[in-house]
Amino acid sequence: MRFERREHRPLALVILTPLLAIAAALALSGILIAAAGAPVLEAYWRILVGAYGSRLSATETLTRATPLMLTGLAAAVAFRARVWNIGGEGQFYLGAIAVAAVGSQLLGNAPGYLSIPLLLITGAVAGMILLIIPLWLRLKFSVDEVVTSLLLNFVAVLVVSMLIDGPLKDPLAFGWPQSQAVPDVAMLPKLVFRSRLHWGFGIALILAFVIHFAQSRTVFGLKSRAAGLSPEGAVFAGVPLARTLLLVACVSGGLAGLAGAIEVMGVKGYVTTDLSPGFGYSGIVVAMLAGLHPLGVVLAALFTATMFVGADGMSRALKIPSYIADVTVALSLITMLVAVFFAQYRIRR
Amino acid sequence: MSTVLDIIASAGLWGAVLRIATPLIFGTLGALLCERAGVLNLGIEGIMTFGAMSGWLAVYHGADLWTGLLVAALAGAAFGLLHAALTVTLGLSQHVSGLGVTLFASSLSYYLFRLIVPLAGSPPTIVPFAPVSLPGLAGLPFIGPVLSAQTPPTYLALLLALLLAYVMFRTPLGLAIRMTGENPHAAEAQGVNPMAVRYGAVIVGSALMAMGGAFLTLSAFNSFFPTMVQGRGWICIALVVFASWRPGRALFGALLFAFFDAFQLRLQTAVDGVPYQVFLMTPYILSIVALCVMARRARVPQALMQPYRRGER
Amino acid sequence: MTETVLEIDRVSKSFGDNKANDAISMTLGKGEIVALLGENGAGKTTLMSILFGHYMPDEGCIRVHGVDLPPGKPRAAIHAGIGMVHQHFSLAPNLTVLENVMTGTEKLWSFRSETGRARAKLKSLAERFGLAVDPDARLGDLSIGEQQRVEILKALYNDARILILDEPTAVLTNLEAETLFATLKEMARQGLSLIFISHKLDEVMATADRVVVLRGGKLVAERRSAETSRDELAELMVGHRVARPVREAHQRGEPVLEAAAVSVRVDGVDRLKEISFRLHAGEVLGIIGVSGNGQTVLARLLSGTLARSSGDILLYGEAIGDLSVADTVAAGIGRVPEDRTHEGAIGEMAVWENAVLERIDEPRFSRHGLVDRKAAVAFADTIIRDFDVRGGGPLTRTRLLSGGNMQKLILGRNLAERPRILIAAQPARGLDEGAVAAVHARILDARKAGTAVLLISEDLDEVIGLADRIQAIVGGRLSPPVSADEVDARALGLMMAGAWKKEAA
Repeated sequence: MRFERREHRPLALVILTPLLAIAAALALSGILIAAAGAPVLEAYWRILVGAYGSRLSATETLTRATPLMLTGLAAAVAFRARVWNIGGEGQFYLGAIAVAAVGSQLLGNAPGYLSIPLLLITGAVAGMILLIIPLWLRLKFSVDEVVTSLLLNFVAVLVVSMLIDGPLKDPLAFGWPQSQAVPDVAMLPKLVFRSRLHWGFGIALILAFVIHFAQSRTVFGLKSRAAGLSPEGAVFAGVPLARTLLLVACVSGGLAGLAGAIEVMGVKGYVTTDLSPGFGYSGIVVAMLAGLHPLGVVLAALFTATMFVGADGMSRALKIPSYIADVTVALSLITMLVAVFFAQYRIRR
Repeated sequence: MSTVLDIIASAGLWGAVLRIATPLIFGTLGALLCERAGVLNLGIEGIMTFGAMSGWLAVYHGADLWTGLLVAALAGAAFGLLHAALTVTLGLSQHVSGLGVTLFASSLSYYLFRLIVPLAGSPPTIVPFAPVSLPGLAGLPFIGPVLSAQTPPTYLALLLALLLAYVMFRTPLGLAIRMTGENPHAAEAQGVNPMAVRYGAVIVGSALMAMGGAFLTLSAFNSFFPTMVQGRGWICIALVVFASWRPGRALFGALLFAFFDAFQLRLQTAVDGVPYQVFLMTPYILSIVALCVMARRARVPQALMQPYRRGER
Repeated sequence: MTETVLEIDRVSKSFGDNKANDAISMTLGKGEIVALLGENGAGKTTLMSILFGHYMPDEGCIRVHGVDLPPGKPRAAIHAGIGMVHQHFSLAPNLTVLENVMTGTEKLWSFRSETGRARAKLKSLAERFGLAVDPDARLGDLSIGEQQRVEILKALYNDARILILDEPTAVLTNLEAETLFATLKEMARQGLSLIFISHKLDEVMATADRVVVLRGGKLVAERRSAETSRDELAELMVGHRVARPVREAHQRGEPVLEAAAVSVRVDGVDRLKEISFRLHAGEVLGIIGVSGNGQTVLARLLSGTLARSSGDILLYGEAIGDLSVADTVAAGIGRVPEDRTHEGAIGEMAVWENAVLERIDEPRFSRHGLVDRKAAVAFADTIIRDFDVRGGGPLTRTRLLSGGNMQKLILGRNLAERPRILIAAQPARGLDEGAVAAVHARILDARKAGTAVLLISEDLDEVIGLADRIQAIVGGRLSPPVSADEVDARALGLMMAGAWKKEAA
């Protein structure tokens, strides 16, 4: 058996690929649901209802999709330039804690039109810094940034834990480790009245379009793609490799940091060490499902959020552990990889 | 200063070093085997988690401890097979496939665990491996107490390190593995099947990783809980680089690392005023430092992360 | 007639629509040296890869001593006594010589490698055929010539009686090549049978007993080398010869680019040592040499991707500092890199993107950081039209172009800008004859228009055909220039072996 590259990829195949991958992942998780003795189709129906069955659940799904869109964009932007940012989780937390620190300690009662943009930038910068470290180590010592950015996730969570146990500890939280809250004026306004859905969703959506535009129309987009596809070719064409990759890292880390900032400013108001149920890692899946396309990220994030939100209700009703959502999402990464492969290659003999 | 010396001179510290090092030794050897054949296995974190869960579950359901370890190894091998299918047969990105395996293996662990062991107030426990003392050594001063605090899997890990070193550098199989990691085309031209070697290395390597995970639930602790692997897998990946892909140095690296870890644990109680999180960070930061120091010096297997396709150069 | 050891019987192999081998039959006798002659793409390497079991033939079979060889199994080929010496060595630089040789020679599951016995066998083989090499040296520390010896020893160690060498002299100096052919003849005298692949007529005539000529995947002729001539073989190899354009006499202009004692140090090693040259407008200066002698570094230096460590460079008569790629492009220096698939173009990007990438910051292609796609596509269209790039339009992924068309694109994006200087590194390497002629014609047109061309090449015919003056590069040093009209291939061969250094000393 041998594989041969397809000369041409029909558009239909490109669009079908993620759908087939998701279908395969759902089918495989179906086996696990069946193994638990639950009706598979009903389980998926309940997931759908759980995610979109009411105004509340639909807005909840969109709320959950917001950080996933941002971490997904972070991964997509980086992977496209072959910067393997697996540190989204750490960047998310650092962005979140930076917002909590600046918001609760420095801002006082500055008006929202000042504090909100300032806090968003603060979160993004914190995320940037955490990704610049591994990228700098790669450029300087040729250390694989996959492992370093992964290791930094643990460091970042410990930093957060240290701060909310120490200087940022909320004295009113009954000894529970939780940061002091950002002032109410610095919270993002709600997008839908009487729901948790906030303006962060709009910001994420706008950013997806901005990044799509930047990648397809700007000089920076062209150069960063060249740097990712072929470092030698890019250098020969005069693309400053280190500077381009650093910029990519800033955008990617910034997006993941922003995800943390927005989660704090939009939903919680404060930081705990379980603020993220793995948003950083899920962002990688989202990016891959999207084929690294910024607009695809929006859809992939919705799928992932649907699974997570819907699985909660389903799991209560059918007595299936809600971890089934994590399994499905992880499986869809693997099936997507395989699907992309078969979209690019055909089997010969 | 005297506290520091007291800590270093205590047999308790060195006993802890071996205990902490054991899962790292298993994991590092496993990752090393995969990488020597040219496959980066970032599935390690999830495979260790699954090993911890499956080994524990087997024992919880009445199997004896060694069977539990075997179950973990077989489960690890299965995930190794998955990773090999993705990266060797299909030649997909080893980074992304490995992350996929990690996410899948760990979420599946949590799912199956929750499914079989419903949520309870306190987590159910098993009776873990008991320390055994080697006859003859137990009487020795210092070494005796250190060794007699160890459970059998620790001895197994030490033995495996020696075994892997021997296989790698003294047998035709080891040479075939190294050649596959350096130049699979040359291996093929010499009649070695690089696909088979990579499959074998990834499957066996993943089994070792899972045994490292199982040590956590069958020896170090007596129960399973999510996130218990705590990045140990990633640390193993860093240790492989630190060890320049040599089993002997991997053993040394794991012990050195465990020494710092055990030392900081004891320092935590001895030093006041420093948040405990600072101490907890040290393993991760040490790993990063180790990577930076060694990355340029180490002779990376030349075909690491390069998919092999017959007839393509 | 001696006994036949190897028979290739009507072997065919296609890749897609391309018939790489079309019913080829040939034989090899004991103690015989057969040359497999043909141009790039004639199907030589495919045939040998089938013979060695790397590829499955679509049809036909191979017999060794009258016994069918199972297809597609390198191990079976090794057992049948076939050894292969690849052009790109199949060796692992991080392992020792002995380890490289021993891989796969013992039962995989034995408990112990018999290193002692292996070392003894390797030593005796090395002595018998005059292939001295240290068994415990790390392979990566050896010279190219020594590495080739290891590659040959590897085959002999497996008790090969039939040895296949794929373009064995491509990476060797003339001196090393002579040593190699002496060794090969000694092997044949001791009863080994050899096939060597080549497109160099001189070495074929000098070494082979018999010559088999392939063209376009077919076997077109078989001659005893005693009964044929260089010219006949040349004609057989090329078929109706596509005439390569040859330069006409032409007045050269002012010097535009000069190097005075320039050295370049890469990773602590001196790759260029005090080289000097003077390039004039309207001339082609050929830099000839065996690969690995500093050509790549020279090309990178002049393309703006490497900095020098000492010496002066004068551009249009003025001393300049180190140029970046952008400076180089802006200064009117066109650049054709030696590795077109990795450096010259980015395969996964569209043709138009590759056409403008190095000029993307110029105002005509971008404004305020936004790409003017229309202008870029139009530029690519012009190149495609003017330089006859076939196989796709501006939006095609560049990887889908053939090597020749990719090279036309690269040449085109430089020449469309009427550069004052053109740095062309191995511009015709690996192209078929038609594409070679097209590339050469473009270079000569540029020369006529007053462009100063620095042509870095390994191909003697190319350099003699195009260059006005020639300098040889050996071990990072550059010979003094000679006029192309005053030297022949022999003299150039001596220059490439570094003969001028002795005169100077």
